[in-house]
Amino acid sequence: MSITTEPKVVKPYGALYVAEYRIRNMMRFKALIVMVSIGNPFLYLLSIGVGVGALIDSNNLIDGVPYLTFLAPALLANAAIAGGMDETVFPTLHGFKWGKIFFGINSTPITGSQIAIGVFLAAMARVVFLVTIYWIVLYLFGALETSYSWLAIPTAIFAGACFAAMMLALAAKMENDNLFFTFISRFVIMPLFLFSGTFFPLSAMPIYLQWIGWISPLWHATELGRFLTYGREISNQMLFLHVAFLSVILIVGLFFAVRYYTRRLAK
Amino acid sequence: MIIATAVEIADRRAGRLGDKYYAGRARSVMNRNFTAFKSSTWLVVLSGFIEPVLYLFAFGFGLGQFIGDVEVSNNVISYAVFIAPGLLATSAMNGAIYDSTWNVFFKMHESRLYQGMLATSLGPLDVALGEIAWALLRGLIYAIGFVAIVAPLGLIPSWWGILAIPASVLIAFGFAAIGMAITSYISSFQQMGAINLALLPMFLFSGAFYPIEVFPESAQILIKALPLHHGVSLIRGLTLGEIDISLLGHAGYFVIMIALGLFFTTKRLTALFMR
Amino acid sequence: MTTNLIQAHGLTKRYGDFVAVAGIDFHVAKGESFGLLGPNGAGKSSTMRIIAATSQRTGGDIKILDKDPNLHGPQIRAHLGVVPQQDNLDTELTVEQNLFVYGRYFGLSSSFIKNKIEELLDFAQLVEKRDVKVDALSGGMKRRLTIARALISEPDILMLDEPTTGLDPQARHILWDRLFRLKEQGVTLVITTHYMDEAEQLCDRLVVMDKGKIMAEDSPAGLIKTYSTKEVLEVRFGSERNAEMSEKLKQHCERIEVLPDRILMYADDAEKVLEEIIKQGIHPITSLVRRSSLEDVFLRLTGRSLIE
Ligand SMILES: Nc1ncnc2c1ncn2[C@@H]1O[C@H](COP(=O)(O)OP(=O)(O)O)[C@@H](O)[C@H]1O
Ligand SMILES: [Mg+2]
Repeated sequence: MSITTEPKVVKPYGALYVAEYRIRNMMRFKALIVMVSIGNPFLYLLSIGVGVGALIDSNNLIDGVPYLTFLAPALLANAAIAGGMDETVFPTLHGFKWGKIFFGINSTPITGSQIAIGVFLAAMARVVFLVTIYWIVLYLFGALETSYSWLAIPTAIFAGACFAAMMLALAAKMENDNLFFTFISRFVIMPLFLFSGTFFPLSAMPIYLQWIGWISPLWHATELGRFLTYGREISNQMLFLHVAFLSVILIVGLFFAVRYYTRRLAK
Repeated sequence: MIIATAVEIADRRAGRLGDKYYAGRARSVMNRNFTAFKSSTWLVVLSGFIEPVLYLFAFGFGLGQFIGDVEVSNNVISYAVFIAPGLLATSAMNGAIYDSTWNVFFKMHESRLYQGMLATSLGPLDVALGEIAWALLRGLIYAIGFVAIVAPLGLIPSWWGILAIPASVLIAFGFAAIGMAITSYISSFQQMGAINLALLPMFLFSGAFYPIEVFPESAQILIKALPLHHGVSLIRGLTLGEIDISLLGHAGYFVIMIALGLFFTTKRLTALFMR
Repeated sequence: MTTNLIQAHGLTKRYGDFVAVAGIDFHVAKGESFGLLGPNGAGKSSTMRIIAATSQRTGGDIKILDKDPNLHGPQIRAHLGVVPQQDNLDTELTVEQNLFVYGRYFGLSSSFIKNKIEELLDFAQLVEKRDVKVDALSGGMKRRLTIARALISEPDILMLDEPTTGLDPQARHILWDRLFRLKEQGVTLVITTHYMDEAEQLCDRLVVMDKGKIMAEDSPAGLIKTYSTKEVLEVRFGSERNAEMSEKLKQHCERIEVLPDRILMYADDAEKVLEEIIKQGIHPITSLVRRSSLEDVFLRLTGRSLIE
């Protein structure tokens, strides 16, 4: 696809053109995306929710609710994060290294920051789609207790946005993709996924490990989600802190994403 | 001393069965992998161990506090003891599948490494066997590493547990053979994505994280048909020291997988390597 | 027993319904330098892969050293050194490791390979780069390394698929020099190219390929002699006027070709043609007298340019 419009016209919409290109690209995989979006929540809820849930609920309830209910908001936020990462890491590596598409786009009036924002927006479109489906499946499983549990959709999307922005920045910065994958996925993403109060409360970990949760957007989003889906008791200050933390990550992430994109394109 | 030329070396095998597929030098492919492995970062090397260990800590010790003990047939064991073998089997599967699908696909279509190998007097079977053997060797080292970490934590109650190491190599062999056969039918990254999708239910419903008895009988039949369930049961039987005839059944499942996988891989070698 | 190392009859390669190589006949004799000249998509690489016993023909016959590549792949490949169109060096390894590992694929002893590596690094002018990872090499260095790698087994036939495509002029000349030395040493070369100057420089004999077929076969000089005149006059009148002018110019030369940007007038003495047309009051914007090349042969045979 070539974008040949007058600079004046492109300026405000440049990011949208890039987003459109990315979404068109995703559409080629739409069957797979829809299958994963529906399949994932079913499989996780049935296996971990029901299977592990049976082991836990027969012993004691975490937070006074069935395990499925406890787990649901964490899975929701995690799905958003995974989706946000998928649609930023691969397109970035592809755009810079494997396919070098970004350099082509950048030779039109579209700027590096517009490419970064465009990729981000497209990723968010995917996240919104999959979080909505996920929420519906959670609802069908009876894992949502409040009448306003749909509010957990935006908080999950928020978490997805944070990771998308961070990954956008990191993937543009790292030039060694092999190391990047291995290192980030095994030493950062995996521990954050496992130790962010996802499967059990943060308080069940030794105090010297609990910081992992505090720096993890997943934990903050999950806490907000738990507050919204089954009314976990959380003070107003803490709620504010969760929102503030996620906002900071998002802003910082986007700032660096734009900066690293611009720099790498200028190389 | 007379040094043999490439032609003399190749002609030595001429006339033997399968001489157009196999030059008897799978080792040279392993040698290549070892050379690449030596110069890769230690972080990448180490990271092979880390995944099952992290899962073990999160689920076994973290979630385990809320689960307490689990009853398996006539044993009452802690949750960490319950999932440790499950994680070993799962990581054997993941490693083997990765090596035989993504890795093979990449070396085939992206880096064109195999084109380079097959421009020499190697045959396609040398490449296939060399790659599988290397994957198994690495799997063996990771399995030893995992056992070395969990045994001191008391998570392998029986001495039979030593056999979990060769068992996990057997499991890896089964998945690698099938994985390579499947890769020979694949032509795009999209289809590769579908493999990951198929692995997820196997991972989640293998009985690695909870006894599959929580599901109704009919669902259990389905689960028991999946290969990873047999891998988990085999290794769990060994680590718990519950030795009976069923273990042979589980092992047999993988022997059949290996045979089928190798049969189709060999049949598809030309399709896989000589398009 | 023939002295031909390669002998093909009606060689055909289809990909699905698409015919990439449409029944070609050719042979390559020992010690000669044989070229396949043709534009992109002509079927050169497909032919090369069949000769290299890494792709199976779908029709016809081919013997390499009197063996059928479908049946004796490893034995045939032991005689060959292959330089594919796209480099497929092992990017995880260094220059030296690439050579060593490749030698082991042939089963060669490590003492033999180690000696050979010194010789080849020198030949490829890569001695200083021996411990560098392949990714850090320039395009020309990668190409030279690929050629060095193909030579590790001391092959009887060296197969080069577009050895200099994508290289800058200086890198191309270095490479040509290296290939010339091999030729002098008596290595049989099979080369594909879509550069006529490369074909003229390196090939003793060549076939011109287009759309999977062989259009002509001879030495470069022979082809020019058969299919073109000694010289060519290139004239330009600006793209609108070229067609109109060609009518007037026709009578002054043996043959005329009208290209979008210029007119080619074929004659044995092009200088004289130029004088004549100027006398007639025809004044081109630019004019150029040159010797005929394989480009002209190709144009004559197919009506198209080699490089589009
Ligand atoms: N593996 C393949 N599958 C399908 N078509 C192919 C394949 N390889 C080559 N082709 C097609 O065959 C034709 C000839 O290709 P090739 O032999 O590479 O030509 P050349 O080397 O002369 O440029 C081209 O049209 C190309 O697209
Ligand atoms: Mg070609």
